[in-house]
Amino acid sequence: MRFLFKTDYEDDIRLFPHSGYVVSYGLLIAVLLAAPYALSSYLMSQLVFVCIYATVGVALLILTGFTGQASLGHAAFLAIGAYTAAYLQKYNVPFPVYFLAAGLLTGAIGAMVGFPALRLTGIYLVIATISFALIVEEILARWESVTNGNEGMRVKTLSLLGVAVPRDSPTFYYLCLAVLVLTIVGTLNLLRSPTGRAFVAIRDSETAARSMGVNVALYKVKSFAISAAITGLAGVLFAHKLSFISPEMFTLQLSIEFIIVILIGGTFSLHGAVLGAIFIVMIDPFLTYLKDDMPGIIAGVAATFGAGKDAAADVQSKVAAFASLNGLKGAIYGIIIMLFVLFEPLGIYGRWLKIKLFFQLFPLYKRATFKRQKIYVKSERNR
Amino acid sequence: MRQAVVKSRGLHREDAAMLDFVQQLVSGVALGCVYGLIALGFVLVYKATEVVNFAQGDLMMLGGFFAFTFIGMLGLNYWLGFAAAVAAMALFGMLAERVVVRPILGYPQFSVIMATIGLGYFLRSIAGMIWGTDDLKIETPFSQGVLRIGSLVLAYDKLSVIAATVILCALLYIFFNKTTLGTAMRASSENMLAAYYMGIPVKRVVSIVWAISAAVATCAGVLLAPITFIHSNVGLVLGLKAFPAAVLGGFGSIPGAVVGGVLIGVIESMAGFYLPEGWKDVAPYIVLLAVLLLKPEGLFGLHVRKKV
Repeated sequence: MRFLFKTDYEDDIRLFPHSGYVVSYGLLIAVLLAAPYALSSYLMSQLVFVCIYATVGVALLILTGFTGQASLGHAAFLAIGAYTAAYLQKYNVPFPVYFLAAGLLTGAIGAMVGFPALRLTGIYLVIATISFALIVEEILARWESVTNGNEGMRVKTLSLLGVAVPRDSPTFYYLCLAVLVLTIVGTLNLLRSPTGRAFVAIRDSETAARSMGVNVALYKVKSFAISAAITGLAGVLFAHKLSFISPEMFTLQLSIEFIIVILIGGTFSLHGAVLGAIFIVMIDPFLTYLKDDMPGIIAGVAATFGAGKDAAADVQSKVAAFASLNGLKGAIYGIIIMLFVLFEPLGIYGRWLKIKLFFQLFPLYKRATFKRQKIYVKSERNR
Repeated sequence: MRQAVVKSRGLHREDAAMLDFVQQLVSGVALGCVYGLIALGFVLVYKATEVVNFAQGDLMMLGGFFAFTFIGMLGLNYWLGFAAAVAAMALFGMLAERVVVRPILGYPQFSVIMATIGLGYFLRSIAGMIWGTDDLKIETPFSQGVLRIGSLVLAYDKLSVIAATVILCALLYIFFNKTTLGTAMRASSENMLAAYYMGIPVKRVVSIVWAISAAVATCAGVLLAPITFIHSNVGLVLGLKAFPAAVLGGFGSIPGAVVGGVLIGVIESMAGFYLPEGWKDVAPYIVLLAVLLLKPEGLFGLHVRKKV
């Protein structure tokens, strides 16, 4: 176990607290840079989606995880970013310009949503953001001169400084990775600045933050705007990756998926956004794998445990029939969400911290270290 | 003479417009009662436990499927099947509370929202697997026939929804405000610990309230069966409309839920009739946002500030 001797506030807010961090993150970056040479094109494509989802996850963490403002409307911000890109692209605006324009426009709209959200808390804020997302979805479907309505819009191949970057090329992956890494570094810097400290103070207690002189309204709007802007940037990449966008891609379902990303990953650390994104995106290939290979494996297991040939074939067909049932994915999704909320509220990253601490303190680990306090007294109505 | 004809025609047109308006109003109220009925379930659970149940619409869907199983497949009498479905769903509500909600009572509100969203996903898929994805229909005594008042035409199925909403709302209002159990529920919503010290069996109270809200959801599902049919996504679609209804009325108020539901229903049906296409689906949300801007705790919500 390593003990850090801190002598200065600077030691406390360092991005890399000790050399181990530099080594491990350096290795991670090296692996990610080498990934296009090792992985199949399908997995590369999923990896691009991981980057995009993780970027949105980071954005959502700023708002929900660190400022404590729940939002079920982030699909709308993603849609605004994606449509801005598609629309400006029609007029031959270069990529860097419409990339930034999408971020600025989405940020401005995020601030506009933030103002009415100032007076709302808890469940009212959730329903207000849902309403906002539904209204945006309807506008996208109806404003045909700009968005082409329900027929959707084609997004042309991205062209970066005159070089075409097809959506399944390694360069596009590097671009998404770069956006993700810059977002994460930017957010880390934000969180150790006074603004980030104010966000966390608002999350922990609005009343206390206000009495300490934090301008609650200003910082809430800031948080909304920053979160929306990052989501808008991710939306541009999302549009290019899909190469076709239509309003029914940006439904409440997608907003819920983003919330699941941070919930499963862990809402208290940026690691959570990335881990959650990996989980959500990789669950699809995993389920396909289960569907294709699981019946054979189970039949093999049954055969080794002494089932006859007919019985094994019977088991195989039954498992195959079960695995190809309609809606199995939804059920598995539901069960995963419930299991995480019930048994691992800290998410995958929380589980990792627990395992790490277990080995660090080996014989002395106590489960109570991570026990959350249940509060039966405080009524959220009178906050 | 000529003038008189024109005048009578004008009058006639005015009459027709008036009739259209009344017709839209009534169908809006009927639709709104449906939302109100689902919203009642939201409000019940919220009132007793300060928990928002995002799976309420899916409980309604499941209730509809249970009723279909009892009435359509087992061939029970309508009222008998109705009662059986309500009883079965009340038990199911208790089960859901025991498994999903009780372990996380006392944690932040958002945990419970996520858990019930997960429950909703799960119920939708399971219902799709068991009952298939087709639209199902239940034969009810209200399926056919209309009531004519002058030139106004009202379908019995819609009238039955309005009547049931009024009756259920009144019953629940009396239950919460006059009975001991209702008072115990309100007490445990405000402060579970204090309620427990006062000898209220909080766990059982929470369990009962989930049973009641699942039963109310089933009533909504069965009454809706002739109007919207039953399919596995009906809960999601209607739940998303009932939720603004509950918020509009102020989340903790039983009459508020019904008033909110009727408002949403009337706005939706008026917007569908008088405004261009596309407004119908967003008008309720625009009104909701406007109301939340002016009154952040809904029309009938309690405004409580924390004392520091």
